[in-house]
Amino acid sequence: MKIYLSQDAVARALGADEVAAELARHDVELIRVGSRGMTWLEPLAEVEIDGVRHAFGPVTVSDVPALLAGTLDGHGPTEEIPFFANQTRLTFQRCGVIDPLDLDAYRAHGGLTGLERALDMDGLGVVEEAKASGLRGRGGAGFPTGIKWETVAKAEADQKYIVCNADEGDSGTFADRMIMEGDPFSLIEGMAIAGVGVGATKGYVYLRSEYPDAIRVMKAAVEVARANGLLGASLLGKGPAFDMEIRVGAGAYVCGEETSLLNSLEGKRGVVRAKPPLPALEGFLGKPTVVNNVISLATIPVIFEKGAAHYANFGLGRSKGTIPLQIAGNVKYGGLYEIAFGLPLGEIVNDIAGGTRSGQPVKAVQVGGPLGAYFAPHQFDTPFGYEEFDGAGGLIGHAGLTVFDDTADMLGMARFAMEFCAVESCGKCTPCRIGAVRGVETIDRIAAGDMAAKELLTDLCETMTDGSLCALGGFTPYPVMSAMTLFPEDFAGAREAAE
Amino acid sequence: MQANSPASAPDLGAIQEVIEAYTHLEGPLLPILHAMMEAFDHVPEDAVQPIADALNIGRAEVHGVISFYHDFRTLPAGRHIVKICRAEACQALGANGLADAVLTRLGTSWHGTTPNGAVTIEPVYCLGLCANGPAAMIGDKVVGALDEAKLERVISEAGA
Ligand SMILES: Cc1cc2nc3c(=O)[nH]c(=O)nc-3n(C[C@H](O)[C@H](O)[C@H](O)COP(=O)(O)O)c2cc1C
Ligand code: SF4
Ligand code: FES
Repeated sequence: MKIYLSQDAVARALGADEVAAELARHDVELIRVGSRGMTWLEPLAEVEIDGVRHAFGPVTVSDVPALLAGTLDGHGPTEEIPFFANQTRLTFQRCGVIDPLDLDAYRAHGGLTGLERALDMDGLGVVEEAKASGLRGRGGAGFPTGIKWETVAKAEADQKYIVCNADEGDSGTFADRMIMEGDPFSLIEGMAIAGVGVGATKGYVYLRSEYPDAIRVMKAAVEVARANGLLGASLLGKGPAFDMEIRVGAGAYVCGEETSLLNSLEGKRGVVRAKPPLPALEGFLGKPTVVNNVISLATIPVIFEKGAAHYANFGLGRSKGTIPLQIAGNVKYGGLYEIAFGLPLGEIVNDIAGGTRSGQPVKAVQVGGPLGAYFAPHQFDTPFGYEEFDGAGGLIGHAGLTVFDDTADMLGMARFAMEFCAVESCGKCTPCRIGAVRGVETIDRIAAGDMAAKELLTDLCETMTDGSLCALGGFTPYPVMSAMTLFPEDFAGAREAAE
Repeated sequence: MQANSPASAPDLGAIQEVIEAYTHLEGPLLPILHAMMEAFDHVPEDAVQPIADALNIGRAEVHGVISFYHDFRTLPAGRHIVKICRAEACQALGANGLADAVLTRLGTSWHGTTPNGAVTIEPVYCLGLCANGPAAMIGDKVVGALDEAKLERVISEAGA
C-alpha cells in the first residue's frame, strides 16, 4: 500500500508526524510530500488506488486503522476536489506531488528542463525570456523581473549575486514557505537560471527564522543539488559555476525590505538603505545583485520549461501569469490557490474560501499583508491584479488574503497596524519611528470618544505616507485609513456601550 | 540542559570555537550570533569582544546588531521559549483572547518568564500557518488550530 502524507509545517503543526509514526508500524510504503495547499484537510494522507491518489483528511492517529482497512471516509481523487481541480498550477505544479528532496522525481515531473534550456541560451537570451514572460515581482512591489535582471546583467563587476528574499513576514502569507518545503529544487533551479542570465555565480536565500521546517528542507535540498552536480563548479556539469547558501533571518519584519535584507545579510543592523544606488548595481557587499522573492524565482523554471509565451497567456492586463493566492484567517476552505490573475475578490472569498469558518458574515478582508488595505464586501468585484487593486485604494502585495467575520473590531485592527509598525520600524525616519507610536495613542483617544482625534490620525497618516523612506512607514496608513473609512461605526467612540 | 543555567557561564574557548566556524563566510555576523544562541541560549557578554576582534569591527557595532534583532538575547531565557502568533490572520481566529487567557493563567506578560523559570512567552508576527491558526511555536516545533486547552497542554508539556 502506497501512502503519501504531507510534511508541510501546517500538517506537522496539526499532528502529521504522529500519524507518520503510526503508519510506520504497518506495512506501507510511506512517502512524505509537501502540501497540496488544501490546508483545512491537513494532515492530508493520500492513498494510491489503481494509480490514482485519493485524499483523506484531516487524518489523526486513531484514523490509521480505518485508513489502512479502506473504511475511512475520504474526499475521492485528490485532483478532482474542486478547490484543487479549478486551479492552474504552474509554479506549484509539483508541490504536494513529489518527495521534496527526490531529485529524480523532480526531473521526472518536468524539473530541470528549464535550466537545460537556459544553458543553451546566452545570458541575454535568458534575460529576454524572463522579460517576455511578463513576470512581475511577487514580493509585493510588482517590478518586472526581467528588467531587474537586465540591469544586473549589464553591470560590469568581478562578482554578482542572486539573493532570494525568503523573509515572508506578511501575515496571511505562506506561499514561499510552502514551495520551499514542498518543492525546494524549483527555487534552486530558478536561482541558477537567474545566475546564468545575469552572470552571477553565488546565491543566497535569506530565510526567516520563524520557518524552521523550510530552513531544514532548503539546506538539505542544496546538499542534494550539490552532490548531484546540479550546483557547483559547473551547473549540471556543462554550465557556468553557481552555488548557494541558506542564511537565516533573526526575527525582524523590516528585513524583508530588500536593502534592509542586504544589510542584514552583510551582518549589519537591518536598517533600510536609501536608493539610489539600486541593489541591482550596488547590492550585497556593494556588488550588482538580483534580489527577488521566492515565488518570482520559483516561477522561472516553469517559464523556461513551457516558454515565456505560455506563461504570459494567463492573466489580466499587465498582471501576467498565475498568482498563488493565500487564503487565510477566518475561512472555511483556507490554503494556497494558484490561478491566473483576474478573479474578483468576492469570488475568492465567498466561492473558493466558502466564506467564514465561524459561519458569520464576512466583515473585511485584508489583502497584501500588514501593509495592505482592508476591503469591505461592497468592493468584492475588484479583480485580482496589480493595477486593479491599486485603483481600488489597496495593493495585492504577496497575495495573502486575511478574512475577518463580523466580530472583528476594526479600530483594534487599525491600532494593531500602528503598533506593528512601531515594533518593527528600523528607526531611520521619524514619521515611521515616532509617527507609529503617536498613531497608537491617537487611536486610543478615538476609542475613548475623542472624535477630533480622527482628523489628527488622518494628518498623521499623510505625514507617514509622504515622509517615510520605505513601505513599512509609508504603507501602514493603508490598513489604518481603510479601516477608519470603511468601518466608521467602529471608530465612533464609546466602544463599551456598543459591545 | 546545562547551558541554560546562568551558573554555567560559557568559557572563552567554547566561544572562540563557535566564532571560528563561521569567519570564512561572507557576512558572518548573523550566523555567529545564531550559533551563540544555539550553543548557549543567549549571546554571552563575554562573546562580544572576541566577535568584534574576529570580524575587525567595534564592540558597539556588535552590540548594535544584537539589539536590533528580536531573536538575539543577551540574558538566558526560560528553559523553553513559546512564541504565540499575534498577527492579523491569527487574530481573525481569536488569537488575542487566547493569548490574554494564557498570559493571565501563567501570571506573566509578553517577553516574561514563568515564576518557575520554565517558559518564556514571546510574541511572534506570523508563522505561515495563517489558514490554520491560532498558531504558536515551542522551540522549533510549530502548532496550529489552537484553543486555550490545546495551548495550555502544549505549554505544560514544555514544563510550565
Ligand atoms: C517593510 C517591507 C517588507 C518586505 N518584506 C518582503 C518579504 O518578506 N518578502 C519579499 O519578497 N519582499 C518583501 N518586500 C519587498 C522587497 O523590498 C522587494 O521589493 C522584493 O524582495 C523584490 O523581489 P521581487 O521583485 O521578486 O518581488 C518588503 C518590502 C518592505 C518595504
Ligand atoms: S519607513 Fe520605517 S522601516 Fe522604513 S526606512 Fe523609515 S524608519 Fe525604517
Ligand atoms: S498570522 Fe499567525 S501564523 Fe500567520
